[in-house]
Amino acid sequence: MKILVCISNVPDTTTKINFSDDKKSFVSAGVQFIINPYDEIALTRALELTEAQSGTVTVLNVGDASTEPTIRKALAIGATDSVRINALPRDAYFVAKQVAAYAAGQGFDLILTGRESIDYNGSQVAAMIGELLDIPSVSIVKSLNVENGNAILEREIEGGKEVLNCPLPLVASATEGMAEPRIPNMRGIMSARTKPLAVVEAVAVPEMQAYISYDKPAPRSQVKLVSNDDVKNLVTLLHAEAKVI
Amino acid sequence: MSVLVYAENSGGKFKKSTFETISYGYAIAQQLGTELSLISVGEVSREELERTAQYGVSKILTVSGDQLKNFVNMAYASVIASAASSENATVVVMAASFTGKGLAPRLAVKLEAGLVDGAISLPDTSHGFVVRKGAFSGKAFADVSLTSAIKIITLVPNSYQVNDNPKPVNIEDYKPSIKDTDFRAMVKEIVRAADKVSLPEAEIVVSGGRGLKGPENWGMIEELANLLGAATACSKPVSDAHWRPHSEHVGQTGIAVSPNLYIAIGISGAIQHLAGVSSSKTIVVINKDPEAPFFKSADYGIVGDAFEIVPKLIEAVKEFKAVHA
Repeated sequence: MKILVCISNVPDTTTKINFSDDKKSFVSAGVQFIINPYDEIALTRALELTEAQSGTVTVLNVGDASTEPTIRKALAIGATDSVRINALPRDAYFVAKQVAAYAAGQGFDLILTGRESIDYNGSQVAAMIGELLDIPSVSIVKSLNVENGNAILEREIEGGKEVLNCPLPLVASATEGMAEPRIPNMRGIMSARTKPLAVVEAVAVPEMQAYISYDKPAPRSQVKLVSNDDVKNLVTLLHAEAKVI
Repeated sequence: MSVLVYAENSGGKFKKSTFETISYGYAIAQQLGTELSLISVGEVSREELERTAQYGVSKILTVSGDQLKNFVNMAYASVIASAASSENATVVVMAASFTGKGLAPRLAVKLEAGLVDGAISLPDTSHGFVVRKGAFSGKAFADVSLTSAIKIITLVPNSYQVNDNPKPVNIEDYKPSIKDTDFRAMVKEIVRAADKVSLPEAEIVVSGGRGLKGPENWGMIEELANLLGAATACSKPVSDAHWRPHSEHVGQTGIAVSPNLYIAIGISGAIQHLAGVSSSKTIVVINKDPEAPFFKSADYGIVGDAFEIVPKLIEAVKEFKAVHA
């Protein structure tokens, strides 16, 4: 089985987010970058599937040279080889176009992404790749199995799940439950240094949107503490003051 | 020119989030000086379709048939794209539901449209077309300018009010052609817990953390949630330890929620958890540690042991309901 896993390079989950004074850009100085956590779940599942049935896992990132440590981390976790599309990931459509241009005609059985990146939260790339390649896409998948060229997937729905059957090839975006991420071992880290990392130039994509400014949520006013002897008062406040019950 | 709403149904019924998208679509149509059309796919009764007229819809296109009974991503995207063309839609709106999130991007490619997933308020159309959405998983907001001829927006549940705007409505059986190859990923089974409130759409959420000490102690969380008509949720350590399913994990790498009321019990308030709940209107924190960081991001707090406070809270809610029933 031949699998392509798309990874994005995002600020670590513990990062305090800051923007430039004109609010137009994210300040990345001093920020630790990691593999997007949902992409790491997808990568782990891809490795499990190829270990069980043989095959290769290629990781792809759209980014400038600064993302290479993140790509090497994915190789250390166990990916076979890697590709970096040499461009800043302007928006989801741009990224999907790059992935589709790279993947077209290469015979990938599965293309996996995370359900969304934890920075811009687009949650669009997987389904866009599917549409661009005219193959099915299943978004927000918590279980993925492959048998005889056919995938059985469970996707999250409100209040439950949907079980789907789909012939390969297909695109799926991963959420928690699909796999438990792995910590790379020393052998993986050593071998990652010499695994292939191809750099490919980007294709041109028309621009249809732009992030023009950012804001942070307003801080909440001082917490109102209710005595633990007077829990009833909390219910009164939620009803009469907050008006939420 | 028109605004088109895709009205998602669940088992033939429209949910509150669907009516929110209709109200939102109507407000955009008003802004643009045009009318609101609606496309429904699947088995939805005429009576149910007519309910949407209450919120500003002027025209309904309805598509049904055995093959479309369950959600089929590619086929639904084709149907909505056809409807957008025949209605000459310049804006298409749908819910940022699990289904909408998989559908809107395919539609965006088909229509060569810019897409904002997860809008939280009406677009600003005074200079161009700018949509506000959450970014950095609840730690920030971003304003996105859409410059394409057709724009697509998915709307976060609980972020826009349902408003009455009754209109005479015209219902049309719509019969677009759909390719056979659109029917590849097919639903085998749908599993839904009948009595559970769905977390992303819930108006009240009762959430438990490691302070509850083990999965056997979730009975009181569920009891409180039932009394309040709330969904249950949990922190990441709780789902990582498999005390609760991943689908209940609220936070930066789980579900982001925006309920009217979020009650956090035994959750310290790590930055990753706060990110997922920052859009909640009112936050209540119950924690025995007065230094828990969550108190700094809460509206109301009780310092005390969950095993003592929650049973008292359950009694207080019962008394409240007896009076306000």
